[in-house]
Amino acid sequence: MNDFITEFILLGDPNIRWVLSGSVLFGLAAGALGCFAILRERALVGDAVAHAILPGVCLAFIFTGDKDPFALLIGSVIFGWVSLVVMDYIVRNTKLSSDTAIGMVLSVFFGLGVVLLTYIQSTGNVNQSGLDAFLFGSAASMLPEDVKLFGMVSILVLLALVFLFKELKLVSFDPGYASVIGYPMKRMEFLIATLMVVTITAGLQAVGVVLMASMLIIPAAAARYWTDSLLAMLIIAAAAGAFSAIFGAAVSYGVPSMPTGPWMVVSCAIFFTISYFFAPVRGEYRRKRQRRLLKKKITGENLLKVFYKLYEMDDNRQKGRTISDLVKRRNMKPGELKKSLQHLVKNKWLNHYSGNPEAWTLTDAGFDEAKRVVRLHRLWELYLTQKLDLEGDHVHDDAESMEHMITPELEAQLIAILNNPERDPHQRVIPGQNGSNIAEGGK
Amino acid sequence: MALFEFWILLTACLAAATCALTGSFLVLRKQAMLGDAISHAILPGIAIAFLLTASRNTFPMLIGAGAFGLLTVYATEKLQEKGRLKSDSSMGVIFTTLFAIGVIIVTAFASQVDLDQECILYGEIAYVPWDIWFFNGINMGPRPVWILGFVCAINLAFVVSCYKELKIYAFDRQLAVSLGLPVIFIHYGLMSSVLFSTIASFESVGAILVVALIVVPPATAYMLTQKLSLMLAGSVIIGVVSAISGYYLAVATNSSIAGAIAVMTGIFFFLAVFLSPSEGVLIRKWRARAGEKEPGETPESLKTGSLSV
Repeated sequence: MNDFITEFILLGDPNIRWVLSGSVLFGLAAGALGCFAILRERALVGDAVAHAILPGVCLAFIFTGDKDPFALLIGSVIFGWVSLVVMDYIVRNTKLSSDTAIGMVLSVFFGLGVVLLTYIQSTGNVNQSGLDAFLFGSAASMLPEDVKLFGMVSILVLLALVFLFKELKLVSFDPGYASVIGYPMKRMEFLIATLMVVTITAGLQAVGVVLMASMLIIPAAAARYWTDSLLAMLIIAAAAGAFSAIFGAAVSYGVPSMPTGPWMVVSCAIFFTISYFFAPVRGEYRRKRQRRLLKKKITGENLLKVFYKLYEMDDNRQKGRTISDLVKRRNMKPGELKKSLQHLVKNKWLNHYSGNPEAWTLTDAGFDEAKRVVRLHRLWELYLTQKLDLEGDHVHDDAESMEHMITPELEAQLIAILNNPERDPHQRVIPGQNGSNIAEGGK
Repeated sequence: MALFEFWILLTACLAAATCALTGSFLVLRKQAMLGDAISHAILPGIAIAFLLTASRNTFPMLIGAGAFGLLTVYATEKLQEKGRLKSDSSMGVIFTTLFAIGVIIVTAFASQVDLDQECILYGEIAYVPWDIWFFNGINMGPRPVWILGFVCAINLAFVVSCYKELKIYAFDRQLAVSLGLPVIFIHYGLMSSVLFSTIASFESVGAILVVALIVVPPATAYMLTQKLSLMLAGSVIIGVVSAISGYYLAVATNSSIAGAIAVMTGIFFFLAVFLSPSEGVLIRKWRARAGEKEPGETPESLKTGSLSV
């Protein structure tokens, strides 16, 4: 364990420095590029390309008789490209769908790779040992010259992403618009495809071909939960990719029999799980919380409306309303009703009635708030009947949901469109902001 | 033919037929990658079953694999719906993660588990003849042959008995719903059939060949015919022919049998894409050229037409 700390964490072993820098550069490039794959719905294309480069690796080995990194790079880029062209050709020229084309290329090319790999193994070439590390990746088997070449490749990908960010963004989000304003779409497609093939090649030794796709998919999918901005998403995904590379390399270094790729994937998956539940923008926890808050707001607003309607009936604001008064006007579950009453008291919209602790009255602020909700409800009903020609008895339910959503700007517009209306379709007064109705309050 | 050769060929052919039957529907439903996802994601289930029972007992393995297969299908659908991911991304997240966990388990317990990283990918069809099932002490032949034969029979029974329903479901799910067919039942029937076929084939032919057998022969048959019954029969035949020719290719080149079978399915696929008499690329090119000639001929017909006016 002490060796592990001095050699790995403090980078005491020079070999570790190489391994780590190579894996981290790949993690950065794969994470960032994966965002475009996800956004363009090409997630599984990466899977097929990654599997399809195996025959390229094997052929490069057969021709050179050695694991020369440059030959491996050429071989895998060629096969990655061929696989993309074949998939595109099948989708374009046959009735088969893209998922069939992806599955076909993935399995057949990989099958060819396996045939070549087992053929090489059967020839007994002494250099072939370690070739199967390309299946699941082995950070420990990376040599300085591998890192120099594949690290350079990753840096090139990252530079391309930085300098072409604006173009890539446009092409990913709105290809139609991009082609209309004269972007060379074919060249952009070619560029993105090349970046993908090259990135996959760069991760050959770190992740291996089998799990490569997950390095493109998982960091990007996780980053999506944290932000709505593409730039931030790229940075988060790249950071997640880099971190998982460190994690994978650490495990593989500590336990040499362990392949690197699976551990990188697992650390990505952990990050994904955390993001899915706890990410601040789109995480499940925040969404649940927002939904709860919204529900609380809606229940409260509905309850205020009940108070207002009771006030409309007897014109007595000071009278305390008991639970049975409230339930008579609107059917609510007792538990929900009590909670909502507490919430409204806490917001200083309701007061406990001085004579009876089991009765409540509206405060001034509560009265204004209740008026606001009732006003929005009746404005919307009027808008539906006047402008959309709906029947008066059909508009209540729609207004029930819209009254909680209408913003002050929209409210002002509605009042303007409807010419400061006084009464709703059921001839009830629309309460204004200050006076008894809008017409007075508005003037 | 030596006996061991016969058993290997029979296993490969049964796997091909099993996968082709269920794969045809996946190809038509545009869910071809589901086979890929399931065949990878069941690995942890198989590995855990091996570890717990310390044997290659089939029953725990089926349960483990089945549980993880179901988990994959369920989690993919849930992630798509609640996580607001595209279907391909959610599938990619789930199955690669499960596969990675499987590889880690297999590596960590390599001494206890009779599996290694390579056999996950290529399977170990070459060892099938020695994996004998003894029933009451009687040599019944290789165990994988029995399992695959059983699943193949189930698939065949399912396809034959629900043929009409499956057909409508595969081509037009909306229509199936509006006709009041038990769509949920058909959907889960199909999913279980995919699950069983994948699990039964995985052990002997490996993750990659399962994908090849599920996707490629049905796609090939689909290039040759428009009729579902012919497509089903065709994909079984193409799968079996690929299996047999792939075996001899592997023997000739001294390489992986599973890999060679995958290569053969690919070769037949490209032959069909180019040479299919109904919709091959060549025939369409030829027709297009013949079509270009027509403008030269139409003036003739126009002339006769104009004469009569």
